[in-house]
Amino acid sequence: MSYPLAFGELHGLFGWLYELLESTGLPQPWLDVVRYAMLGAMVFGVLSLLALFLVWWERKIAAHIQQRFGPMRHGWHGWYQTVVDAVKLLTKEDILVDTRDKFVFFWAPVICFVAAFLAYVSIPFGEGLIVSDLNIGILYVIAITTFTILSLLMAGWGSNNKYALLGGIRSAAQVISYEIPMVASILVVVLFVGSLSMVDIVNSQSGWITNWFVFRLPFGPIAFLTYIVAATAEANRTPFDIPEAEQELVAGYNIEYSGMKFAMFFLAEFVNGFTVSAIAVTLFFGGWHGPFLPSWVWFLLKTFAVVFLLMMFRWTYPRLRVDQLMEFAWKFMVPVTFANLILAAWMKYAGWYW
Amino acid sequence: MADLRTEEFTVNMGPHHPSTHGVCRLVLTLNGEKIIKIEPVIGYLHRALEKICENRTYAQCIPIMDRFEYVTAMSCNYLFSNAAEKLAGIEVPERAEYLRVIMLELNRIASHLIFYGVTAMDIGALTPFLYGLRERELIIDLFEMTCGQRLTYNYIRVGGVSRDIPAEFEPKCREAIKIIREKLIDYEGLLNENPIWLVRNKGIGVLPPELGIAYGVSGPVLRASGVKYDIRKDDPYSIYDRFDFQIPTRENGDCYDRYLLRLDEIKQSLNIVEQALDALPEGDIKAKVSPNFKPPAGEVYSRVENSRGELGVYIQSDGGKKPLRVKMRGGSYNQLQVLPHIGTNCLVADLVAIFASLDVILPEVDR
Repeated sequence: MSYPLAFGELHGLFGWLYELLESTGLPQPWLDVVRYAMLGAMVFGVLSLLALFLVWWERKIAAHIQQRFGPMRHGWHGWYQTVVDAVKLLTKEDILVDTRDKFVFFWAPVICFVAAFLAYVSIPFGEGLIVSDLNIGILYVIAITTFTILSLLMAGWGSNNKYALLGGIRSAAQVISYEIPMVASILVVVLFVGSLSMVDIVNSQSGWITNWFVFRLPFGPIAFLTYIVAATAEANRTPFDIPEAEQELVAGYNIEYSGMKFAMFFLAEFVNGFTVSAIAVTLFFGGWHGPFLPSWVWFLLKTFAVVFLLMMFRWTYPRLRVDQLMEFAWKFMVPVTFANLILAAWMKYAGWYW
Repeated sequence: MADLRTEEFTVNMGPHHPSTHGVCRLVLTLNGEKIIKIEPVIGYLHRALEKICENRTYAQCIPIMDRFEYVTAMSCNYLFSNAAEKLAGIEVPERAEYLRVIMLELNRIASHLIFYGVTAMDIGALTPFLYGLRERELIIDLFEMTCGQRLTYNYIRVGGVSRDIPAEFEPKCREAIKIIREKLIDYEGLLNENPIWLVRNKGIGVLPPELGIAYGVSGPVLRASGVKYDIRKDDPYSIYDRFDFQIPTRENGDCYDRYLLRLDEIKQSLNIVEQALDALPEGDIKAKVSPNFKPPAGEVYSRVENSRGELGVYIQSDGGKKPLRVKMRGGSYNQLQVLPHIGTNCLVADLVAIFASLDVILPEVDR
């Protein structure tokens, strides 16, 4: 069952734009170049705005949990505070350490930033709102988000700072460890859908809410819980934020970065938080499906709900220690996710599912 | 395969570091993340307080003592006043003694509330910090109402206290006690059973009682190791013998016990304040003391139990209006000395937890 298209769907707009492009009479290769440049600019713009909004939102949530107001000065409840902050960081002096490794130091934030945005090539924002429906969609997203480790390691090494190096090493160990339970949780969904394409995954959950993967007992909820824990670690958020553990490593890998380079790490972190939430929604919460409202509104609402969950984690929990984090990954998460995967495979084979 | 060459490396933790609670520098030798050597380097905040006191009259020393241990400045005020009173044989009026006890205990609660917030923050939970400071604010407001200051009070003077409490102090104080009692339940609910909090604190930084005693550690840190030693009971000063309160102790001596013990102490201190408010007599608040009084030649050692252990001052007088020699003793100094013993062979993250649980304050270490 699919819902009737609600008012305000956006893919018609894109069809109209493509027709407009074709009517200019550009030759075929140039047409694609312009089309993808346009899509890239759109995704980049929307996500930058989202990241700015998320920074503001997180500060507000933190403030209200802590019985403060948070930003209040710029606009209604400080709504353009983060814009002001971004302008400040843009115009700030870029302090460079003399002993840095120039090449690595420069490219680390760039890779972090670009990798964070590249994941959105294959994330469906709504019905028809996907840059490219790759047939290896989810695999591509996992692969591209893993680039973040590379950039953190580069930042840790390139800064020539001991705290930064410790932060880089920690993050590499952490992200690689949590990649395994995360992928194993995702595999449960892939196993049932029989496709890696994000659009196929979403479409397999259309219809009633019971078709959402998170409600497919018993493996669905387990897969979601293990995924969200591993994703929190992947996005380097409390209680797994040890790479930048403020109280131990001062700021970890980004200790020597200032100005816009720092802002790139900072924005990338929030975009990554949004990415893992978007994947959670796509895999477990039926993606864009939902009644009455346009599909992209549903997608954003669901994603913000998951982001809110991550933020609540952050502002209520203490931080784990680095070895406890590893123990948790290898002694608990990996066995549980693999057991769950085997259970799911067996149920699929036996046909005990809906 | 050839052996990989590994190297130990040295990290300067501090003097500018978010979790050294001031300007302490710890030179860490690390093997990966494991600490194999800790060397505390102190003295960044040395202000020669002892020498300054030698150049001032006894009354002028009180504001200097505020800077000795500014988180519990009331204890420092009391400490010096008490020493000078012992030296000069000054009798303190009854009401002043009660007011002193109220202020000392309120200050202890405020200090432990800071400990609660800061420890949680060092372990990565940012929210309890705001909660701890929110309740501390109630107490600080009471102090401000009484003596006009929020941090360095200069309230307890030689011979009594500087001024009487205002009329609205008592109801506000009782209300604050009620609020703090309620909020303590929230605090415990937020952290005590939190699995992450438990794995980060239980069994970390165990201080054996013998080691603690050998290093002169006192106060909550020693009591968490099972030694029931509290100057308020063992060598009562002021009028502490009139109040009914317990000395909480814990057995394991790890970070978690030190944390729980301080929460228990807050409850006991709240009881003392309540009893003191109930029994508060009318009368003078200050004995008549000349600002330039000259105590007879001699020496005296006075000590109090503050929130970081035994705080002491030794004064030698030659009969003049200024002390000949002043020596201060702080609990944090001794607690910092045990850090290399209980902090080696753990990880950097543990060191932060241990440092926070010792509740070291640097102005008191550096004087």
